Amino acid sequence: MLRDINLDIKTGDFLTIFGPNGAGKTTLVKIMSTLVSPTSGTVLVHDLDVKRSPLEVRRLIGVISHETYLYQDLTAKENLQFFGRMYGMHRDKLEARIHELVEEIGLQYRLDDRVGTFSRGMKQRLSIARAILHDPKILFLDEPYTGLDQHAAATFDSILEELDVSDKTQVMISHDIERGLALADKVVILHGGKIVYEAAKDEMEGVEQFRHTYEHYVKEV
Amino acid sequence: MKDFLYLAWKDLLMEFRTKQMLNSMVIFSLLVIVIFNYSFSNIMFNIDVADIAPGILWIAFTFAGMLGLSRSFASEMEEGCLDGLKLCPVAPSTIYLGKVVSNLVIMFMIEAIIVPMFIVLFNFSDIKGLAGLIVIILLGTIGFILVGTLFSALTVNMRTREILLPVILFPIIIPLIMSSVMATQKVLSTGDLFSAIDEIRLLVVYDLVFFIAAQLVFEYVIED
Repeated sequence: MLRDINLDIKTGDFLTIFGPNGAGKTTLVKIMSTLVSPTSGTVLVHDLDVKRSPLEVRRLIGVISHETYLYQDLTAKENLQFFGRMYGMHRDKLEARIHELVEEIGLQYRLDDRVGTFSRGMKQRLSIARAILHDPKILFLDEPYTGLDQHAAATFDSILEELDVSDKTQVMISHDIERGLALADKVVILHGGKIVYEAAKDEMEGVEQFRHTYEHYVKEV
Repeated sequence: MKDFLYLAWKDLLMEFRTKQMLNSMVIFSLLVIVIFNYSFSNIMFNIDVADIAPGILWIAFTFAGMLGLSRSFASEMEEGCLDGLKLCPVAPSTIYLGKVVSNLVIMFMIEAIIVPMFIVLFNFSDIKGLAGLIVIILLGTIGFILVGTLFSALTVNMRTREILLPVILFPIIIPLIMSSVMATQKVLSTGDLFSAIDEIRLLVVYDLVFFIAAQLVFEYVIED
């Protein structure tokens, strides 16, 4: 259960949410991304209330999760075509966008292969394409490195960098303190459903110091 | 508006590729028809098969349908696809309609295989009521899939969904199955669709009520 959450994320910012298991990180992202309806309080995405205008909010967001949201029995192309159509993209524009994205994620040669035959890293790369297919303004990343080896995680990072999603507002849940801090403009630590620590980029500490801060807050609460 | 058709296309594409539901539904329903036919025609000689044939037909439809419905949302559970679907800017009723359309197409395909087998095995040489039979099968199947799809979504997160779905679905579809069996019996014996007008009225009302009700409640059924 989330309590007393008051969070302001500016356009273009990268927010990393840290916290132990059961802290409410995924619930928070699910509420912000319209998957779960809040029982009280208000969440505004570009001035749109997630509870009152969920469909409009969904057009503005993309979600990359540790689950890929990809159909294993469809090919990479069919998956992207399906999601593109569900986002109301015009056929010609969608085909051009698919070809542009698969080249950027390096899967152009596997476009007609079933996703079920892909490695975990390839699926996660394809899930990036799925999430940004409709060019969302906000990207939620829910523990995207889960199940990826170091090489696949580095490839994931470089793809995100190459795709230049820096103009997008990004919210990431992570257990990886090093990676989470490197990307963030702002960090919060969530514990027991509450924000127990919040710091902007200029107030952020180094990795080791932050590790101590994290352990301090998580233990204290 | 066309979004539900894309969803149905996706489901049917996956089903025709893997044939997970189709194969088991066809085999199961054929077995039901053949075993019942053998049991009643060759063992219980004093029973008029024409009287019990409509019941056997609808048993085959219902059991095969439940088999398919229990897997209808299973593909959405792999890799969190249901969340992926819920994140698309479409109304929950669109997801429901897409699933209904794909389930209906699969069910009609099964019925297109079962009905000729049924006619041959139960010796319905005079098939003047075939058009009426098709109308009743259409109405009965639509109602069954409308309710079944809703309950399939309701039980999708449960480990015992294959047992639970028939248990909770069966009481709701009793009026539908009873009316369908009675209408089938009347149409097959008289060859006149209007002989079953009362049952047809009930089937139409049942379909309309659940078409509206299911769309209204589906949002809450798939909510986390």
